[in-house]
Amino acid sequence: MFKIVKRAEMAGGTVIENKIEAPRIAAKAKPGQFVILKADETGERIPLTISDIDPEKGTITVIYMVVGKSTELFKTLKEGDGYQDVIGPLGKPTHVEKLGTVVCVGGGTGVAVLYPITRAFKEAGNKVVSIIGARNKDLLILEDKMKAVSDEFHVCTDDGSYGRKGFVTEVLKEILQKDTVDLAVAIGPVPMMKFVSAITKDFNVKTLVSLNPIMIDGTGMCGGCRVSVGGKTQFACVDGPEFDGHQVDFDNLSSRLRAYAEDERKAHEAFCRVHDAK
Amino acid sequence: MTQEKTKTEKIPRQPMPEQPPEVRRRNFDEVPLGYDAETAAKEAQRCLQCKKPACVTGCPVEVDIPGFIKHVADGDFKTAIRLIWEKNALPAVCGRVCPQEIQCEGLCIVGKKDSPIAIGNLERFVADTERLQGTGDLPAKAPATGKRVAVVGSGPSGLTVAGDLLLKGHSVTLMEAFHKPGGVLIYGIPEFRLPKDIVASEVATLEKLGLEIKCNTVVGRTVSLDELFEEGFDAVYIGVGAGLPVFLNIPGENLNGIYSANEYLTRANLMKGYLYPKYDTPLVRGKNVAVIGAGNVAMDSARTAMRLGAENVRIVYRRSRTEMPARAAEIHHAEEEGIEMYLLTAPIEFIGDDSGHVTAMKCLKMELGEPDASGRRRPVPIEGSEFTLDCDLAVIAVGAGANPLLTQSNPEISLNKWGYITADPETGKTTKKGVWAGGDIVTGSATVILAMGAGRKAADSIHDYLKLGW
Ligand SMILES: Cc1cc2nc3c(=O)[nH]c(=O)nc-3n(C[C@H](O)[C@H](O)[C@H](O)COP(=O)(O)OP(=O)(O)OC[C@H]3O[C@@H](n4cnc5c(N)ncnc54)[C@H](O)[C@@H]3O)c2cc1C
Ligand SMILES: Cc1cc2nc3c(=O)[nH]c(=O)nc-3n(C[C@H](O)[C@H](O)[C@H](O)COP(=O)(O)OP(=O)(O)OC[C@H]3O[C@@H](n4cnc5c(N)ncnc54)[C@H](O)[C@@H]3O)c2cc1C
Ligand code: SF4
Ligand code: SF4
Ligand code: FES
Repeated sequence: MFKIVKRAEMAGGTVIENKIEAPRIAAKAKPGQFVILKADETGERIPLTISDIDPEKGTITVIYMVVGKSTELFKTLKEGDGYQDVIGPLGKPTHVEKLGTVVCVGGGTGVAVLYPITRAFKEAGNKVVSIIGARNKDLLILEDKMKAVSDEFHVCTDDGSYGRKGFVTEVLKEILQKDTVDLAVAIGPVPMMKFVSAITKDFNVKTLVSLNPIMIDGTGMCGGCRVSVGGKTQFACVDGPEFDGHQVDFDNLSSRLRAYAEDERKAHEAFCRVHDAK
Repeated sequence: MTQEKTKTEKIPRQPMPEQPPEVRRRNFDEVPLGYDAETAAKEAQRCLQCKKPACVTGCPVEVDIPGFIKHVADGDFKTAIRLIWEKNALPAVCGRVCPQEIQCEGLCIVGKKDSPIAIGNLERFVADTERLQGTGDLPAKAPATGKRVAVVGSGPSGLTVAGDLLLKGHSVTLMEAFHKPGGVLIYGIPEFRLPKDIVASEVATLEKLGLEIKCNTVVGRTVSLDELFEEGFDAVYIGVGAGLPVFLNIPGENLNGIYSANEYLTRANLMKGYLYPKYDTPLVRGKNVAVIGAGNVAMDSARTAMRLGAENVRIVYRRSRTEMPARAAEIHHAEEEGIEMYLLTAPIEFIGDDSGHVTAMKCLKMELGEPDASGRRRPVPIEGSEFTLDCDLAVIAVGAGANPLLTQSNPEISLNKWGYITADPETGKTTKKGVWAGGDIVTGSATVILAMGAGRKAADSIHDYLKLGW
């Protein structure tokens, strides 16, 4: 069992943070990598990015949005409980180097994935400009942490309840118009990554996106996580999860993410019914 | 002698009772039900106890076939199983999944005129009897040597190495990427062909012998090969299988409802998707199913889809019946269950609906031309033969490749041009000191018993190394 040593709720309980005992993984993980977790015997294998590590204490931190049956089940795990299985670190680490100015754009829980990457670019000596966004103020996560690793920091909300009203893409466009940017990193919902990539392409700025297709093994053996990048099939779990945003077929990714939409909806409803009754 | 022979020939090969096809095509229970003691003894009496048994030369690990069969005929099942164990650590598995018709039974002398002795069925019988009613006595272990071996991958190959080295007194740690040990036996071969309890029980026996199992450990990611040596392991065996899916690379292949066989079977077996929603992992249940390929993997996928409620399941294969690589028994069982064979047929494109789900597959009819590099006649498309097959679930089972996850970070281990590890066929030694390899990662997709045979040779070589050096 992989014990949860600390648990916190964010964004009104829609986002959960777990610090988990996993010394082997903590000793090896690098920014951009992820783990696969399985709560119990009958559970699904769910990929989550490693948001932070503490190699000395042997812990890793994951931050996830509660969106369906499995993350709803994860949410019920308390401090002292544990995951039956945690596998990792998986995926290729982000290639971090000193480039000059790096713009980091995060939406929703994508910010949890973005944070360790942003920090790494900052530590490598880059000027870091961050733009994070959420639907409204309550759903915004990791604002302080992101601010602490950024030279310039922007917040937007769709409804204007906090920071600037509007989408992260608007701020991004303004920055690209006035500054020279060497790299953009965009992590968040698929439509956001798609729009960011379209804008940066106009400005000819290389853009990294982190893809979240449905996965099973995370070791390249099933091909379930395949994505089309530059017309070629790639496995996100071993060839990614980060890819060149200008090459990704986002529409196919969106469609593949909906493969089990109906099953997922039913499973989520059934779980909530049983759980709320308790 | 002549008198004895005429006597034995009177007994026909004892059929294996099976679930009737109409019933089993909708459940996941095992298909063949096994012999009872009486039937087993009767079948055993058919064996001629040959002085130079041809059957043994057909068995990759040289089980003493007449020897164990003699004990079955005498009703001494306990001695029979112990004799098999000397050569084969997983008889309950092999009795069920070995392609006996081209191995032991294929060479049985009785098979020349009559049906061969049912060696696989008998092997299964003694193993099951031991598991269900046996004494549970473990084989004797040599005194501890203090040497530590890491085995990477818990398929039949890794399990064999682990078992052999434990008996030789070494301490063994088995590392598995998945959350459960067993390799293809647990994630690939379905429950109705190999009940998972059997695999679990074989693994449990090894644990009783002192095996330490570390699941959730992806060697190459969680820990590197070199780190294993730094941690104090004296030798490493790599038995990671051929875990890379092969796709057709035709248009439309990334539509939903199209799986590699690895994904489909992993969802169904390892994740128990067939018990969804009791288990959380979903899988597409198709009405019209196309399975591309004609090996064991294809048969397993097709029969799984049938059990999950399909109306039509079609095996689509670009060559003819004689080239189908699956075990004869699997093809027979599949056809009995109503699975159709679309032979000399090759898919060229998948078509989907607005939501991105597959709805049909475009195919071409083929005919056989000149023999190709493999010696089999090459299928060539017949012009103007294009047709469309409805399908809302397609499973691609046209083979597997070498997964580079572990090997790419270890340049000292030399690979062949397809990415499989080059290992000495006699010893399993790789080009890196202290590292052995065997099973599908060396040979490419093969069989359970060949993977075990490679494991046995490597275990002997590792044992020599630990005593004498590289
Ligand atoms: C490499 C990677 C890193 C990720 N990191 C994070 C993270 O740090 N924080 C976070 O909140 N989310 C992350 N995700 C997404 C997260 O895995 C899904 O939200 C989660 O699986 C949803 O499961 P569910 O049962 O609660 O929801 P479901 O109701 O099953 O599905 C909701 C959504 O999640 C997708 N999904 C379902 N199962 C899987 C699966 N096995 N793998 C991937 N996606 C799936 C579905 O397509 C659907 O869009 C990551 C995904 C990947 C591939
Ligand atoms: C569906 C199917 C049906 C089959 N039917 C038959 C049959 O009827 N008869 C027959 O004889 N053969 C059959 N085969 C073939 C047979 O199963 C294989 O030849 C055999 O399992 C190979 O054994 P192995 O030990 O080399 O590898 P595998 O059984 O593939 O096991 C390898 C293990 O290593 C693990 N692994 C991989 N990479 C790593 C890593 N980096 N770190 C840690 N662990 C890792 C994998 O998760 C896996 O558990 C079938 C195969 C399939 C897929
Ligand atoms: S291990 Fe396989 S080939 Fe050998 S005797 Fe048993 S069934 Fe036959
Ligand atoms: S070849 Fe056939 S008859 Fe002869 S020993 Fe083997 S199983 Fe018995
Ligand atoms: S999750 Fe199976 S290949 Fe990527």
